[in-house]
Amino acid sequence: MWWKIILLSGLAAVIVFSFITPAPQNIIGEASRIFYYHIPMAWIAVLAFALAMIYSIRYLRSKKIIEDIRARSAASLGLLFSFLATVSGSIFARVTWGSFWNWDPRETSIFILLLIYGAYFALRTAVAVEEKRASLAAVYAIFAFLTVPFLVFVVPRVVPSLHPADSVIGADFKFTMGTTVRLIFFASLAFFTVLYLWLFNLTCRVGVLYRKIIEEESL
Amino acid sequence: MPNKSAGLTGRALAVYSKDMKVELRSKYAFNAILMFGITTLAVVSFTLGQSGLSASLLAALFWIIMFFAAMAGLAQVFVREEETGTVLALRLAADPTAVYLGKLFFNLSLMILIAFVITPVFFIFTDAPVDNILLFVLVLILGIVGLCAATTIVAAIISKAGIKGALFAVLSFPILFVLLLLLVSASTRVLEEATLGGIALELQGLVAYSGVMITASLMLFKYVWQE
Repeated sequence: MWWKIILLSGLAAVIVFSFITPAPQNIIGEASRIFYYHIPMAWIAVLAFALAMIYSIRYLRSKKIIEDIRARSAASLGLLFSFLATVSGSIFARVTWGSFWNWDPRETSIFILLLIYGAYFALRTAVAVEEKRASLAAVYAIFAFLTVPFLVFVVPRVVPSLHPADSVIGADFKFTMGTTVRLIFFASLAFFTVLYLWLFNLTCRVGVLYRKIIEEESL
Repeated sequence: MPNKSAGLTGRALAVYSKDMKVELRSKYAFNAILMFGITTLAVVSFTLGQSGLSASLLAALFWIIMFFAAMAGLAQVFVREEETGTVLALRLAADPTAVYLGKLFFNLSLMILIAFVITPVFFIFTDAPVDNILLFVLVLILGIVGLCAATTIVAAIISKAGIKGALFAVLSFPILFVLLLLLVSASTRVLEEATLGGIALELQGLVAYSGVMITASLMLFKYVWQE
């Protein structure tokens, strides 16, 4: 219970301080505040994909249906957060580059991530038998995750980029972020991650209960 | 079918020759891919006109045609087993690795045959200049290997699912995206300047991609194949 209070007050503090402190970037100005929210969303979208892959591996090794429920729950929240990251990034792109979408490598990567999540759920709905659905979806999740290193390391070399991420988390990280900005940013990252893990836990429990109801009804 | 004592290559080749025999009887997959490729090519060429297209546009069109041609027929190698009810027999007769390798080689030979027909027709229709044919063929072969490496296991997955036709392209595209990007970039440079050094990065990426996809498929295939 105590951690929920910390989470609530932490998220409230992040939201308040992200608006009352000076804008993190002088040239872009007020709009640059979106980075306190956009980067945590993108980070969670990738974290969720990694979790879905780990639980998929665990399912294939143990064949326990709970691992499949965990993989699916991680992915369903990942879909939500990658959507939020895409939308917030697109708004930011409109303000800084002048158009909502221009196939920058980062935009491409998040779009492919969205497509993978979509394909994963399309596959799940197309298989009726539970065990078969679980193993096919697990194989696809692991296989699709293997494209992530290519999206991160190969795509930016082939396609030219305008994205500011390279200056935020790149080598000159210390020059672009002051102490206050860094504090709010990492607090936002941490609290949103905890929020994701809480939502993940709830989705898993709902998944287990839902399965139990289906089983009882079919008896 | 060979006995289990034969080596992996022998067992994979047995699966391959069995699939070749079945394909030569019906020629279904070959005809589907070829006609799909030719049709798309004709539509593209007819609507865009003959000459004056830029190298990047030509490269993109070529690989879009190859992608959709592959989507039209590469799943057939597994879907056929499900439709004729021969999955169980094949599962008893050969181990998963041999089945995967046999089907991969089958898809590879199919796509190489198709490329033999589509590529010359593409260059005749679009009147694209190629200075270095060998280099283009190298990119083409690496592209076909990558296409087959990534889609063979997806074909196995969708053969077990309900709606097969649409699902194959939906599941394949996110995985093939990086490959298509590399191929379009490499082909553009081959059409523009045609030097081996100019496409070194893309070639490394293509080899790494196929290596990763085939290794992962070999590890994961048994979970798709065995119930």
